[in-house]
Amino acid sequence: MSDIQIDMDGLLDTFFEEAEEHLAAFENGLLELEDNPGNRDVVARIFRAAHSIKGASGTFGLTDVTRFTHALETVLDRVRSGDLAYSRELAQVFLPSVDVLRALMRAAREGSAAPAEAASIRVELEKFFVGSASAAPHADAKAAAPVSASREVRVHFVPKLEFMSRGMDPLAMVRDLADVGEIVSREIDASKVPELSCLDPEQMHLSFWIGLKTEKTDKEIAEVFAFVDDLCTFEIVAKVEAAPVVVKEAAPEVHEHAPAEKTAAAAADHGGGAKAAAPAATIRVSTDKVDKLLDLVSEIVIAQAMIVDASRASGQDAETRLNEALGSLDRHTRELQERVMSIRMVPLASVFGRLPRMVRDLAATVGKKVRLVVEGETTEIDKSMVEQLSDPLTHLVRNAVDHGLEFPEDRIKKGKPEEGVVRIRAFHQGGNVIIEVSDDGKGLDTAVIRAKAERLGIVTPDAVLTNDQIHDFIFSAGFSTAAKVTDVSGRGVGMDVVKRNVEALKGSLSLSTELGTGTAMRLRLPLTLAIVDGLAVRVGAQTFVVPLLSVLESFRPGPSQVRGVLGSGEVIDMRGTSVPIVRLHELMNEPNAERDPSRALLCIVEANGQSLALLVDDVIGQAQFVVKSLEVNYRKVPSLMGATILGDGRVAMIVDVQSLARHTGRGADASFSASEAA
Amino acid sequence: MSKLVLVVDDSLVIRKMVCQTLVKLGFETCEAADGMAGLEAAKGKELALVITDYNMPRMNGLEFIKELRTVDGHKFTPVVFLTTEMEETLRNEARAAGATAWVVKPFQPEKIISVVQKIAA
Repeated sequence: MSDIQIDMDGLLDTFFEEAEEHLAAFENGLLELEDNPGNRDVVARIFRAAHSIKGASGTFGLTDVTRFTHALETVLDRVRSGDLAYSRELAQVFLPSVDVLRALMRAAREGSAAPAEAASIRVELEKFFVGSASAAPHADAKAAAPVSASREVRVHFVPKLEFMSRGMDPLAMVRDLADVGEIVSREIDASKVPELSCLDPEQMHLSFWIGLKTEKTDKEIAEVFAFVDDLCTFEIVAKVEAAPVVVKEAAPEVHEHAPAEKTAAAAADHGGGAKAAAPAATIRVSTDKVDKLLDLVSEIVIAQAMIVDASRASGQDAETRLNEALGSLDRHTRELQERVMSIRMVPLASVFGRLPRMVRDLAATVGKKVRLVVEGETTEIDKSMVEQLSDPLTHLVRNAVDHGLEFPEDRIKKGKPEEGVVRIRAFHQGGNVIIEVSDDGKGLDTAVIRAKAERLGIVTPDAVLTNDQIHDFIFSAGFSTAAKVTDVSGRGVGMDVVKRNVEALKGSLSLSTELGTGTAMRLRLPLTLAIVDGLAVRVGAQTFVVPLLSVLESFRPGPSQVRGVLGSGEVIDMRGTSVPIVRLHELMNEPNAERDPSRALLCIVEANGQSLALLVDDVIGQAQFVVKSLEVNYRKVPSLMGATILGDGRVAMIVDVQSLARHTGRGADASFSASEAA
Repeated sequence: MSKLVLVVDDSLVIRKMVCQTLVKLGFETCEAADGMAGLEAAKGKELALVITDYNMPRMNGLEFIKELRTVDGHKFTPVVFLTTEMEETLRNEARAAGATAWVVKPFQPEKIISVVQKIAA
């Protein structure tokens, strides 16, 4: 038995992953119950969630989690059976329970101490148990039971005739008895066995006397027969003489509990050991997807064999075959790439799932009535982005509730419904994921923002600005127009941070608003950060890749189009606007590049609503490039988002247009004012 | 004799643990996440043993055992029923439905080993 090793560590990861899903289901179920407290399906669902976590946590010896879920489950069982109505009081204990469970799970994962609230919330839960006497959880009751002294009993076990034909094994019962004590004697009573001529071998004619040395009560011993109690009779007789009868009949030393406890301890140790290493990220993939990958790989292997074959032959025919094989290789490689990428894609539901609870809590705190509408939660995005998306999205929704929506009485005055609506919508659009957070609140007040911007010195009072330009000021650092900084939004995180977070994901953030009608924030994100559609350009001996999404156009300027600006570089006149020129060869220290713009090319790129002209020698062409992290392989380099390996094996740097625009942006602003002053 | 065991449980981690244990014991395994899927999985297969949870979506363990007994070839397939201590009252119902043995959750791999060795070894 001991040679069987189970990988409890790996299973523990699965447990945590699954528990997180159950918790989310639990939480959302609770929110559903708020609207519809009598929904039995929902109650059954959340019961199952608590139940599953409990069942599995016990296996891993995560006692705190087991004990807490046991309390939850006990109360939920009463709700499920209709014994207890789902009330507001109950909700007020259940919802914090979710947080406690999350914290307990984290504590178990990191090996840290259980959160302090766990005990108090559990006490709250226990108040809903049937009567206070049974309030103590089962596990506790067991632990508190006094350890009775060892004694010897004789168990008389008489199986009925049909015992075996009903699929039971009498010897299994004897072995089960070894679980509750030490078997010191075994006798078989064969007196009832009939004559051979009338013996039905499928019938049970034997009975057993088992001597047992045990610390268990009669009731606990009787448990062994609980499953077969209508198929047998049994009797537990205390041994009259306490004199030790030494019948050392090689009693099997099967003491089931000892190894079980050891495993539990080992599992707990594993839990503790896991705290040093960060939890390994895992993705669950359906076997269908993996099978498809295998299919594709075998197609590629075939194509490769075809190429080898064709390259050995000669003549026109061989060339045709080679082209065919290459075509097939190309097709399958591309499909393989797409499919592997799709494995990394997860639905946005995992980020959206946390929002309903937050909105509910926030609405209650600020005293507003809010309905959250979520659409497109099945829209998929790269798994690595999902986690980083949570913060900015939470902040946008929080802003919509706190700043966007009016108070119920104000809404009624304006003739709007009392309940405000915050809508989250996600969808795919041309290789991007769009997430919109909109509200039907008061909208941005252009005059207020402008006044604030002037006060902060971001803009001069006489500057002529469009409404959109004014609205964009809310993305500036330190900008907050809320009349008073509330506990909710005033946490030092402004829209500028949200914007930066989004840009770190190679995405962009824009807004549209109408006074009195509402505001919509629009997040545009690439599907993945692992592959980029790019334009390869040559600068001297080097090749650079510019993300295609930001490229507007490329052209060779006439000598008169380029103007030097005093002290801060040069600009190009494009249809009446001045675009700052960035000399990539200077930025990247490439000495052998073309310096004269009229003999080179300008590649116009755009990021954060600002245009830049990159000076390059030549445009090579567009393709998909696999992004390799510079941070991981080398170190972070400003203005570069990563590197890639070209078809000929050389390394090419991928330009980070957004950071380039940020760094050049200020210089450009300065150049504008300088040129206007001139 | 078949070495194939069907494990029916909505918890992936329990399924994984039970299956890993069974594989170490020399069995082959197949899995289902609820009773309905369990019935589908059992059809046309010769099974050494079925291990099923009670509380599952769509079809619970009791209904599953009752249905399984009507499936061709599974009238006598041994079935181990997984319950928690809360569901102890279910034992009789489970036995009436046709379960052969039960295991109380939470359990460690050793428990599965001893039960399986008693029933299907």
